[in-house]
Parts: sequence; structure tokens; C-alpha cells
Amino acid sequence: MKKTSEKVIEGGLAFSALITILTTIGILWVLLSESIGFFQEVSIIDFLTDTQWTPLFVQKHYGILPLLSGTFLTTAIAVAVALPIGLTIAIYLSEYAPKSLRKKVKPALEILAAVPTVVYGFFALTVVTPFLQTFIPGLGSFNAISAGIVMGIMIIPLISSLSEDALFAIPKSLREASYGMGATRFQTAFKVAVPSASSGIVVSVILAIARAIGETMIVSIAAGQQPILTMDPRDAVETITAYIVQVSLGDVQHGSIEYKTIFAAGITLFIFTFILNNISYWIKKKYQEKYE
Amino acid sequence: MNNLQKNRLFDTYFKYFGIACTFFGLVVLAIFLVNIVIEGAHRIDWDFLMNLPSRRPQKAGILTAWTGTAWILGLTAIISIPIGVAAGVYLEEYGKKSQLATIIEINIANLAGVPSIIYGLLGLEIFVRVLNFGGSLMAGAFTLALLILPIIIVATREALKAVPSTLRQASFGMGATKWQTIWYQVLPASSGGILTGIILALSRAVGETAPLIVIGALAYVPFVAKSPLDEFTVLPMQIFNWASRPQHGFVVNAAAAIIILLLITFIMNGIAVYLRNKWQKKVNW
Repeated sequence: MKKTSEKVIEGGLAFSALITILTTIGILWVLLSESIGFFQEVSIIDFLTDTQWTPLFVQKHYGILPLLSGTFLTTAIAVAVALPIGLTIAIYLSEYAPKSLRKKVKPALEILAAVPTVVYGFFALTVVTPFLQTFIPGLGSFNAISAGIVMGIMIIPLISSLSEDALFAIPKSLREASYGMGATRFQTAFKVAVPSASSGIVVSVILAIARAIGETMIVSIAAGQQPILTMDPRDAVETITAYIVQVSLGDVQHGSIEYKTIFAAGITLFIFTFILNNISYWIKKKYQEKYE
Repeated sequence: MNNLQKNRLFDTYFKYFGIACTFFGLVVLAIFLVNIVIEGAHRIDWDFLMNLPSRRPQKAGILTAWTGTAWILGLTAIISIPIGVAAGVYLEEYGKKSQLATIIEINIANLAGVPSIIYGLLGLEIFVRVLNFGGSLMAGAFTLALLILPIIIVATREALKAVPSTLRQASFGMGATKWQTIWYQVLPASSGGILTGIILALSRAVGETAPLIVIGALAYVPFVAKSPLDEFTVLPMQIFNWASRPQHGFVVNAAAAIIILLLITFIMNGIAVYLRNKWQKKVNW
């Protein structure tokens, strides 16, 4: 009697765990089935090489490049902001700061990651853009740079926290050897600690990039909705995610080509984040036990 | 200046640079919060909380938005907590060495990195169309539940890992079955950690906007949802809608709604941190 109930419970628990697999299958199935429909109407070569993306206009073009450039531009700005600041915070907290400060600052920084992204979007539009307009003449109210900077602020804790963990995991003996040779903390940090923790730092940066690529609300609110192929951070751009939002807000019929475009855009986004996540997972697994 | 002095100088400079960077994010956050409060605090009154949305900013309120957020919070919790905890228990207590468990583990790591808007596309096809929930609370709650499952599962596993094996062995020694051990010993011992993870995951769900836009949550809902199959809006949707309008009155409204949303998220995070500290202090294996 007892054995059967134990088995039933175990089965139920296993099924719950399997739901995560079903989620992945569901995502792949949904993205693939709808984008196959899309690629029956639009050739994949056009999709990858056309420099215009105008599915909602009369003159329709389906080139993903403008959306990719918008995504790339905002992500690059975000990383340019978050990487130096996040890494400096990590080094400061692990190599310089007293333990008590470290204990207090880490959770405080996590607040930055807990703020809903729609709030960051509002921040970019109503605070950062007007501030930038005071010294960048002709900056429009929607632009890549403001959205990128705010996105960078959002991902600072991601980089600082994971990099700090990596630095903290380095054995003390390495640092002591360096100090014993008369090196300063600065030299020890950059010539011993950072190189030793490089795999963990790289993982944190990759995860931050993946996060920025998939970020939606900040770019939807502050970066604009103009899919143009540009690398000028002052321009209004449209990211892949912002395009999906734009279409979802309108009234688009199921089965129409406009409806399918969001899945084609979605699968492009999914492929990028999937590759980045797997690289980081692989690095983590490979270098995890280096010092144990 | 010799080399030694130069190195020491660099060392000191970097220290101050580090302090500056550490407080940069917090200072920016503070500037923003002060700005929001100045802009929106005067707008918050009983009418703002109890009024339906309106085309006139002075008359518009967030009644449908906060009730929608409360609905979504409750439904998402009901769906995600049992599944997430059960999956965590299975992976940590039962399937540790099996190949299936390894695959599930890699899969969860991957799911945690999938952008939230992709979950929106999944919800749009599966819950809105195939299961025919439409743009309802049910569709939104199921979508968000799938989104936060990885967080709950990982938190559950971490909490279970912290329970020492002696506790399990003592229970087995008394003749308890595996499930009895988990239900009466391991889960109560790890409940603090699990609860912390659940609250953090739910606070994430409360702030999500993108997947709900994709499944078709409406920005303008002139009634309070009465059943899980009603159409809905949530606070972040309302903020998004107001923030993208040109009239200044709506920007003020957005700021006021942000204050309410941030209060909810910060309170939830505060509870989670409080529980975590309390639990860590109490349990000393």
C-alpha cells in the first residue's frame, strides 16, 4: 500500500519537473511552426539581407537587419556603461572594501535589478533623455543612447554580483603570494585576481549581454519605433523586442503575415540568447573546479 | 616620483574610483526616486486608487490596474508554487543521478535565460489561442507562471541542499518512507528558503509587462475583473500606456502609478530579505 502511494507521489513530482521540458518544447514548436509559415512567403535570403523592415506599410520589406542593428546598438551602449562600472565595483568590493561594507552594498545593488523594467523605461524617457538633450544638440525624444545607458544601469548588478562571486572564489594564497612580492592591491587585483577569475567574469558579461538583447520595455518606451539601419546612437531605433511589442499593441489578425513576423523576429531573438546562454553555461562547467 | 610611489598612487586612485562606481548606481536610483516622488506623489489620493481609467488625466485612476495586478499575483502564485516546489523536490531529492535530471537541469538553466517576451509568444499561441483563454487573466497568469518557474525551482533546490543529510537519515532510521521524510522533515526545515525564493519570483511577475502585452492584455479596461476569464490590465501596462502619451497630465499619472508599483515590489523584496536573514540566523546546522 505504502509503496504505491510513494510511487504515485514520485510520479507527480517527476511530472512537475517535466513541465519545464514541455515549456522548452512549446517555445520551440511555437516559434518554428509560425516562422515556417513566414518563410514560405518571404525568402530567407531577403530576410537576412534586405536593409528595410516595413511589414506594416503598404510597400512591404522584410529585412531583419534594421532590427538587428537597433538591438545591437542599444546592447553595445548598455555593455559599454555596465562593464567598466560593474567590474570596478566587483574589484573594489572583493579586493579593497572591508567585509562589513561588502555585506551591505551587495543587497543594496540588487535593488537596481528588482526595479521593474517599465519603470526604467519611464526613467529613460523623462529624466535621462531631457538631461542628454542639454548637451547633445538635436537629440530627439526617442533615441538609442538614452535607452542604452539606462539598460546599462539595470545590468550593473548582474555584472558586479557575478564577477564579485568569481573574484571571491579565488584562493587567498594567490593574493598573499602577490602581496608578499611587494605588489599593491591595484597590481594584485589586475595582474593576479582578474586573470584568475576571468572565466567567471566572462560568464557575467555574456549573461548581461543576453539580458540586454532580450530587454523589452526600456527600448519600447525610450528608443522609438523606427526600424532604420544605423549605428548613430542619437537616432531613434527599433529593436527586435520593441517590434514585437509594437505589433502586439495593434490589431493584427491571426494567420496574417504581420502576425507571423513577430514569430520570425522572436526566433531570431531566441537563437541569439540561446547561443549566449549556452556559451556561458559551457564556460561555467568547464572552468568551475579549477581551484578545487 | 619613483615606481613605488606611482604604484601606491594608482592604488589609492583606484580605491576612490571604486567607491564612486559602487555608489553611482545607487545615486542614480536615488535621483530617479526623488524625481518620481516630486512628480507623482501629489497625485496619489483615494480617487486615484478608486477611479476607472479615463481620457482626462485628472479623472483617471488605477482601480482596474491594481486589482488586475492583485488577480495576476494570486493566480500566478496558485499555478506556479505547487509545480515549482514539486519540481525542485524531484530534482534535489529523487532524480539526483538520473540522466533525465541532468537534461532537466540544463534545460532549466536555459529557460532562465530566455527573454520574457518569448514567453509572451508562447502564451499567445498556447494559452490565448489553443486553450482559448483569450486575452484573459488566466492566459496572463499561466504565461507568467511558466516565466517564474525556473526561479522557484532553483530557489527550492538551494533551500533543500542546505538541509543536512543527518536529518534525513534520522527520519529514515525511525522507519519513515522517503516521502514522509520529505513532507514532515525536509520541507519544514527548508520552508524559509523556499518562501524567500517564491516571494522574489512573484515580485518579478508583478513587474513584468512585455509578455502580457504580447498575449493581448489591454491598456484600457473600463471595468474591474470579476472572474479569471475576464480581460484585464495591470499596473505596469497602465504605466506603459500613460508614459507613451504626450500630455503632461498622463506623465504625472504614470509617476504616481510607478510609486504604487515600486511600493509593492519593494515591500515584497523587503519581506523576502527579512525572511532570508531570519531563516539564516535561526537554522544553524
